Amino acid sequence: MSDFAFPPGLLLILGAFVLPQLQGKARDVLTLALPLAVLAMVWSLPLGSHVTLDFLGYQLEPAQVTKTGRLFATVFSLMAFIGAIYAYKQARLLELCAAYVYAGSAICVTFAGDIISLFVFWELMAIGSTLVIWSAGTDAAYKASMRYLQVHLLGGVILFAGVVARVYATGSVEFTAMALSADFSGESLGNALILVGFLINAGAPPLSAWIADAYPEASPSGTVFLSAFTTKTAVYTLMVGFAGEQILIYIGVYMIFYGIIYALLENDMRRILAYSIVNQVGFMITAVGIGTELALNGAAAHAFAHIIYKALLLMSAGSVLYQTGVRKCSQLGGLFQTMPQTAITGMVGALAISAFPFTSGFVTKSLETSAAAYEGHVVVWFCMVAASAGVFLHAGIKFPWFVFFQKDSGLRPPEAPLNMRIALWVFAFLCVAIGIYPDPLYAILPYELDYEPYTADHLITQFQLLLFAGFAFFALLPLMRRTLTISLDFDWVYRKVLFGLGRWGSTKFWRIDQLLRVWILARIQSTMVFLSQFAPVGILSRSHPSSSMVLWTVAVLAIYLVFSFI
Amino acid sequence: MKDVAPESNGQSEKSTKSSLDKTSSDKTSSDKSLHWLYRPENKPKLWGMLALILVLALVPEFFIHHHAHFESEGIHVDASWGFFAWFGFLACAAMVIAAKLLGFLLKRKDSYYDE
Repeated sequence: MSDFAFPPGLLLILGAFVLPQLQGKARDVLTLALPLAVLAMVWSLPLGSHVTLDFLGYQLEPAQVTKTGRLFATVFSLMAFIGAIYAYKQARLLELCAAYVYAGSAICVTFAGDIISLFVFWELMAIGSTLVIWSAGTDAAYKASMRYLQVHLLGGVILFAGVVARVYATGSVEFTAMALSADFSGESLGNALILVGFLINAGAPPLSAWIADAYPEASPSGTVFLSAFTTKTAVYTLMVGFAGEQILIYIGVYMIFYGIIYALLENDMRRILAYSIVNQVGFMITAVGIGTELALNGAAAHAFAHIIYKALLLMSAGSVLYQTGVRKCSQLGGLFQTMPQTAITGMVGALAISAFPFTSGFVTKSLETSAAAYEGHVVVWFCMVAASAGVFLHAGIKFPWFVFFQKDSGLRPPEAPLNMRIALWVFAFLCVAIGIYPDPLYAILPYELDYEPYTADHLITQFQLLLFAGFAFFALLPLMRRTLTISLDFDWVYRKVLFGLGRWGSTKFWRIDQLLRVWILARIQSTMVFLSQFAPVGILSRSHPSSSMVLWTVAVLAIYLVFSFI
Repeated sequence: MKDVAPESNGQSEKSTKSSLDKTSSDKTSSDKSLHWLYRPENKPKLWGMLALILVLALVPEFFIHHHAHFESEGIHVDASWGFFAWFGFLACAAMVIAAKLLGFLLKRKDSYYDE
């Protein structure tokens, strides 16, 4: 094996197990060095497959470099680095190590050339992310992490069933484009199951609720890590496996509006942002469903920019939570006065997610809407434009307004610690830098791109769209009064209905079980009574004199003797 | 800017008071020196600024001609005067109202799952 290469993500996973062994400076250095080393490795490997392992007669390729995979791996390692700076002093060691296992496995997924190693790292991601939620250390976080794990184990089982069916039918483990078809062959069944497995991790309906349920229960830094990897890895796998599948367009558009409506109803600041992850991933999945080179470039670029600005928003919200201990919009407000840096960087993130001109969202999301227009998807295009206004409504204004402005809550927390602010400023800088100078990002996209986002028409229309969306927000503010409520979602089915049914069933079962036991005990009891009362005079226990037994035995033997002579 | 926003609604949160005791003591001291954003007399000015920005955003409509995205399908509405302005406003209004209506169906107390 002349060109042996180590899968970069594995370095981060292994490093996570070394970190707890170190102390003080050495640990700090390694913490910051690991993601940078991974980033360097990602870019030092040329395109193509570098390692081949034999496993049960299948060829595993855990270090396959593709342009799409490299783009995702780049932003994943960048995210791990900035996330580590943000979490540096405040997070527990367990959280940081779990986050590195999680990030490392996500990077490994983007380097997996076969579906078996993809599946292994896919499951490792579920474990790493569960531990990240868990390490918040609260009872609510523990329960949420268990619900989260169950959804992902379900997704994992479905994915694995799909992998088995596909490998059995085709004999190939290669991770490549997988077409859906309506026939009932093993291959199409496998492909459909794999698609469902991917979609569960993307937050697609009906199981979208896990994102808003679990992510906001993690620690301030934990939520930042969580927002980046699972859903975007799913977008990556959908791009490779199912680009151009029409059903993805409908799923994506549904997710876009689901995210907006639920975020509008929500009161918890980090849950607003969690719903908005579903909204943003919906844009990407719609683009994957459109499937042209421009659309796929759009999905990849949008994922890249999204990870940065969503992390920025959640870091801003996390700093507020860390400084005040308050997570509900109804109790926040007026924080811009004492946390101006957190407010400004948070607003940069809010402008970026809204695709405001001169931010990263503007130069990336417009690729997706343009792709919809070029392909003649009229309804999809109008939906995307309406939703772009809606993004400004639910994330772009709602989040900063209710947290930093609104009424004066009287809270006067000091600014967040220095390391948190550094992380905020770096990502805020990147949001604007990519927006002003998108060429380096465009250059590493999967396909050649010839696109100019800054035309007069595009600038003017985008300004109009967003400013009038902002006007709608303030004009309709009375309709959006914060209430101390949550919104029912599909998780109601398993948290209330199924749980209730289970509990009802078990009480019923317990009743029947009890009745049955009582009845059987009564039977045994009466039998014993019967035996004990009637046994001495009963036919079975009447005593026979041994002499009569001997007599009868002799008689039988005699008869036998007689018969044997006849 | 649009973040300097002209409304301080949502003030009437009944439950805010009880949950944040230290807040109320801070509040009395800060009432005297309210930030200018929160002073009632500045509210009309803020609305005025917003209106000015909106009007400015519409000025280019007199000079620029938009191209329709779906010319071949015979759809020209997206090239009409101020399309992105009114479409953005109506879309947001529709989503806010839809959320409000769905809220009657979906909203529960935030202790709903605790019991």
